[in-house]
Amino acid sequence: MYIVIIGGGQVGYYLAKALLDEGHEVLVVERDARRVEFINNELGSVCIRGDGCETATLAEVGTERADLLIAVTARDEGNLVACQVAKHRFNAPRTIARLSNPSNEAIFKKLGIDVTVSSTNIILENIKQEVPTHSLTHLLYLRDKGMEVVDIKIQPGSSTIGKTIKELSLPPDTILSLVISKERKPKVPTATTVLQAGDQIIAVTPAELEEALRASLSGG
Amino acid sequence: MKIVIMGCGRVGAQLASVMDANGHDVTVLDIEDYSFRRLAPNFGGTALLGNGTEEDSLRRAGIEKADAFVAVTQGDNRNVMAAQICKHIFNVPKVICRIYDPLRQELYSTLGLDAFSPTTILTQMLREKLED
Repeated sequence: MYIVIIGGGQVGYYLAKALLDEGHEVLVVERDARRVEFINNELGSVCIRGDGCETATLAEVGTERADLLIAVTARDEGNLVACQVAKHRFNAPRTIARLSNPSNEAIFKKLGIDVTVSSTNIILENIKQEVPTHSLTHLLYLRDKGMEVVDIKIQPGSSTIGKTIKELSLPPDTILSLVISKERKPKVPTATTVLQAGDQIIAVTPAELEEALRASLSGG
Repeated sequence: MKIVIMGCGRVGAQLASVMDANGHDVTVLDIEDYSFRRLAPNFGGTALLGNGTEEDSLRRAGIEKADAFVAVTQGDNRNVMAAQICKHIFNVPKVICRIYDPLRQELYSTLGLDAFSPTTILTQMLREKLED
């Protein structure tokens, strides 16, 4: 694949390195001359100096034949514009934007960016997994279906302990796919499975009903 | 008419002051409160500290009830992003956006933004003066 990366900071540099290792053709666009020199010294001639939001720069790097454009500068608005210019002027088949502000995710999606990656959200989710008091963690978002795969822990003292699955009032279109007990025994739950403190439940639910699911499993 | 202006530089401040003097309900947004010194001394609108590319700041500026939004910060990309949020997310009836880069201005105009490039306009003016 031919991949254009906008932004040669830490993320852009390591991304380019990883993609080159996988055998892709990669070109990095970076504004800072010293950074360009550093990347070219480290990775070979794969970086050019320029503003990735400018049509002229994107034309120069051959964006019209790119399979993918990834914008990973530190500025959300710059990443948005780079992706939109690539898409609308050069028909880039796929664009990915890095986000710093997680609330821009919905906006970017509405404005036609194919995929967004919010480093802030990823770090937050990882931290939440390590914080035992937080009962719901996102594992995966199935973008085209709008469904979430989540991990819910049954906290000690929860009013659902001792209840069977069929006694719970789960939100619609929600499936509890796996229950892992405190003793690390995974099993597929049935209607008569009884919830225990410390159970970990992997469930699929429509994204907008995630809070309802958390409430029905925690009894709160 | 309720107008939200993003960017209180020379243009933003002057536009805000003029529209306020003409009896409109004006809110001007900037990320630096020092910028508000440019507003006319008798400016009667609202000067609000905030980033117009963030939905929350726009809501605080009353974007949901605004009749018009004008993006005139120094950053083309910020203007483009804020203008698109106002047009496509908040459905503001009139959205105007400054883009210095003529090529980007052309692209976003074809994408339906009411965008103008001071670079193009000034070049045209100077050309006419020179060839006069």
